[in-house]
Amino acid sequence: MARITIREAISQALWEEMERDPSVFILGEEVGVWGGTYAVTKGFYDHFGAERVRDTPIAENAILGSAIGAALVGQRPIAELMTINFAFSAMDYIVNQAPKLRYMFGGQFRVPLVIRAVGGGGRQLGATHSQTPDAIFAHFPGLKVVSPGTPEDAKGLLKSAIRSDDPVLFIEHATMYQVRGEVPEGEYLIPIGKSKIQRQGSDVTIVAYSKGLELSLKAAEELAGEGIEAEIVDLRTLRPLDMQPVIESFQKTNRAVVVEEGWKSYGVGSEVAARIYEQAFDYVDAPVVRVAQKEVPLPYNRALEQAALPQVTDVVAAVKEVLR
Amino acid sequence: MNKERLLQMYYEMVLIRRLEERGAELYQAGKIGGFMHLYIGQEAVSTGLIAAREPRDRLITAYRDHGVAINAGISANEVMAELLGKVTGISKGRGGSMHMASVEKNMWGGHAIVGGHLPIAAGLALGDQYAGNDNVTICMFGDGATNIGYFHEALNLAKTWNLRVLWVCENNQYGMGTTVERASAVSEIRQKADGYGMGSERVDGMDVLAVYEASQKAIDSVRTRSEPYLLEIVTYRFRGHSMGDPERYRTQGEVKKWQANDPIAIFRKKLTARKAATHKALDEIDARAEMEVEKAIEFAEASPEPELDDLFKDVYVEEV
Repeated sequence: MARITIREAISQALWEEMERDPSVFILGEEVGVWGGTYAVTKGFYDHFGAERVRDTPIAENAILGSAIGAALVGQRPIAELMTINFAFSAMDYIVNQAPKLRYMFGGQFRVPLVIRAVGGGGRQLGATHSQTPDAIFAHFPGLKVVSPGTPEDAKGLLKSAIRSDDPVLFIEHATMYQVRGEVPEGEYLIPIGKSKIQRQGSDVTIVAYSKGLELSLKAAEELAGEGIEAEIVDLRTLRPLDMQPVIESFQKTNRAVVVEEGWKSYGVGSEVAARIYEQAFDYVDAPVVRVAQKEVPLPYNRALEQAALPQVTDVVAAVKEVLR
Repeated sequence: MNKERLLQMYYEMVLIRRLEERGAELYQAGKIGGFMHLYIGQEAVSTGLIAAREPRDRLITAYRDHGVAINAGISANEVMAELLGKVTGISKGRGGSMHMASVEKNMWGGHAIVGGHLPIAAGLALGDQYAGNDNVTICMFGDGATNIGYFHEALNLAKTWNLRVLWVCENNQYGMGTTVERASAVSEIRQKADGYGMGSERVDGMDVLAVYEASQKAIDSVRTRSEPYLLEIVTYRFRGHSMGDPERYRTQGEVKKWQANDPIAIFRKKLTARKAATHKALDEIDARAEMEVEKAIEFAEASPEPELDDLFKDVYVEEV
């Protein structure tokens, strides 16, 4: 086992898949000569060349539209959105084209496309650059939405995404590139659409992913000090959503908190809570509590921004509320 | 061009015309749902253009796609069955009028978001460039699509990356009910290529042979020079934008003036003048096209509906 960062894990996944399969190429803003604005593709341009690490104009429709076209004729493009906030400039391709072309043309097409996008708040970038809009994308059948919270999952899931014949939106969190963790040696894949128990516990179920996982793991440590053992289920994939580990854990603990960084209304927590009520109503001992972002556009000021974002203390408080 | 190919082009134009005239009746009878945009009046554009492609050259178009589908080699049966939503339709009844495609015929749709398929066309060409071949992607769109961002991002990318795309604007004078002059900063769409350092030409879209010659030249230029080119083909749709268009934006006089310029009648005159065919021979072709359409209607009517059990099929390639 090697101990690496999420940045290194993503970088390794891209590198290994490009070495393995010549039809894989990267395109996006500043992915080449610059090396990626989050340095994920540093060194790629020199090694793989300008054809396979393609700097694009700042034009999201051109990036995603051309990636879809190349995927239709058999290439495996990885399109990078510098931030997920720019996805809104090319929403048509993410929700209205890539996920629909196969179905709408009677199964004739394949769109083996990966869209990598960096999301998340906490970097004082202001309201238009700090969003966690993951739930919006998970709304659309035909798209797969993946958002890992550990280096091991980031590497294994990205490799699966690149090999998938379906379009995958792979969402990374801007403040988690330095998160370290153990990664297996050698080649491995992690299947898309499988949730995972990241921490075992018997008192309460915390359902989380991405930044929510980081907050939940810290909260669980704090709670353990008070004798409360939380079980953490990491969704890892938002669509297709694997509820089985969530339901199994909930049937054991009868209490659940859902943690996400996006806004609460119509969010991941709403979906998970609804499914718990639908699938395990007889096991409910307390209402499910959702921890999420306050319903404001994220402000620039650090204190205000942190007040709007979910914190470890919010998770701890939510757990205590469901245990009351 | 030899006589056989000329007569094949004539046949396809008449086939498109009859298929759509009968399609309009079936739509009025409630047998076809959704939106349906007729190509009537514009048949010379796709017929001349597609006659000039090699089978390896890719086609992609907007939602006014019945003619393109026929010219691409999709059968009248498959087009009609798709209009009726049958499982034997070219898109298995999933797409309808606006979404006809055939990978086998290198026809990549049938796209209903105005301008949305232009960056995808650039991507088809990117895939070919990446694969190292010199296939040309032929991307058709209306005049209305040249005012939206996709158009400009796609043309810029294609020129910057030397992608082999022939951009074909079918200027039928109206984006829905709004004239080109009321919606576009320049009324000659061709001029928009100038901003991207791209070659361009404006062609009479009522003359199928003029379209064919210009298309052949343009496709050849795209292939050998390895750079995109814009053809503006000036045409006119004789019917409304879609079924149920009250057509308040134009006069019957204007429509009649253009109908006097019917591309099928023009081609007929040329063929007989060149002695490529007699009136009788062309009448026989008309009858053959008519029969093909009637057969297609019978085929479509007799075809089964898609299985309800297949509702979830093909959302993903991989089972989820």
